[in-house]
Amino acid sequence: MIAGWTSPSGEEFALTFDRDRTKRVLVLPAWFDESNKVRRLTVEVMRRLDGAGVDTILPDLPGCNESEIPLETQTIASWRAAAQAAADEFSATHVLAIRAGAILAPDLPGWRYATVNGSQVLRAMLRARTIAAREAGREETRDGLLETGRREGLELAGYRLGAEMIGELETAEPTDLPQQRKIAHADIGGAALWLRAEPDHDAAQADALAAILSMELLA
Amino acid sequence: MSRETALDDSADATDAALRQILQDVLGISAERAASVGADTGLFGHLPELDSMAVAGLLTEIEDRLAIVIEDDEVDGEMLETYGGLLEFVRAKCDAG
Repeated sequence: MIAGWTSPSGEEFALTFDRDRTKRVLVLPAWFDESNKVRRLTVEVMRRLDGAGVDTILPDLPGCNESEIPLETQTIASWRAAAQAAADEFSATHVLAIRAGAILAPDLPGWRYATVNGSQVLRAMLRARTIAAREAGREETRDGLLETGRREGLELAGYRLGAEMIGELETAEPTDLPQQRKIAHADIGGAALWLRAEPDHDAAQADALAAILSMELLA
Repeated sequence: MSRETALDDSADATDAALRQILQDVLGISAERAASVGADTGLFGHLPELDSMAVAGLLTEIEDRLAIVIEDDEVDGEMLETYGGLLEFVRAKCDAG
């Protein structure tokens, strides 16, 4: 179902499988372009955990999905505060952070799946923009774009990011939280869905990820 | 048969790695990936291979083949066909 919650920057929505059970996993999604490609996998994992008796909550990051907040106003600091607010409001007992979502993870026990840092996210989006520009006959360089971005923000892969977010992305790393276990994509198997040119799904990957979580949650 | 002769040592490791990456990015079967020839069109020919997908493709090539691709090396020619991309990646691997 869709539930409302309050982030420090305003009202947001979350997709939830919430039946007031004792294990409640906050799911922090992949970012930007990757979020679309991994969304179905994310929700399918949640569906499986629901079947296994575990509640899950997938909040919209402010400025993304159904959020009415302009993405441009958001920073990694504001997203971290939002992730914490969602964890508190939904009384999450665990966290599953996907890809760059690990950068935002509150200090709860849980998992980080196929983590990337901010500079990797930024690099892929800058590269996409320089390739698109060249195709359109414009010459843009990564360094030139970064300089503009740090000063006045930048539109990357269709996402309008503020100057502060660009600057933060250059150095953002997942915080080192020992109670969160890393799950490498190799542990799941199959071709990584965030690489796929078009959003796709692989039931076996959802099974594998949900199995790891439920075995550890219900042990 | 002509495509096998066009890629004369098509069984090498770089070719195999590149086909695997293409298979992962495009979500195609191993058979279809194996049927890709030197003149199979990529960027500009496959609608699903947009700039973001190409960016992902290049980053994956860097990670799996341990090379660094500079932005100014990325041009239409190297991305247009499979043969062009393979030639570029081979030259990079040899230089490294």
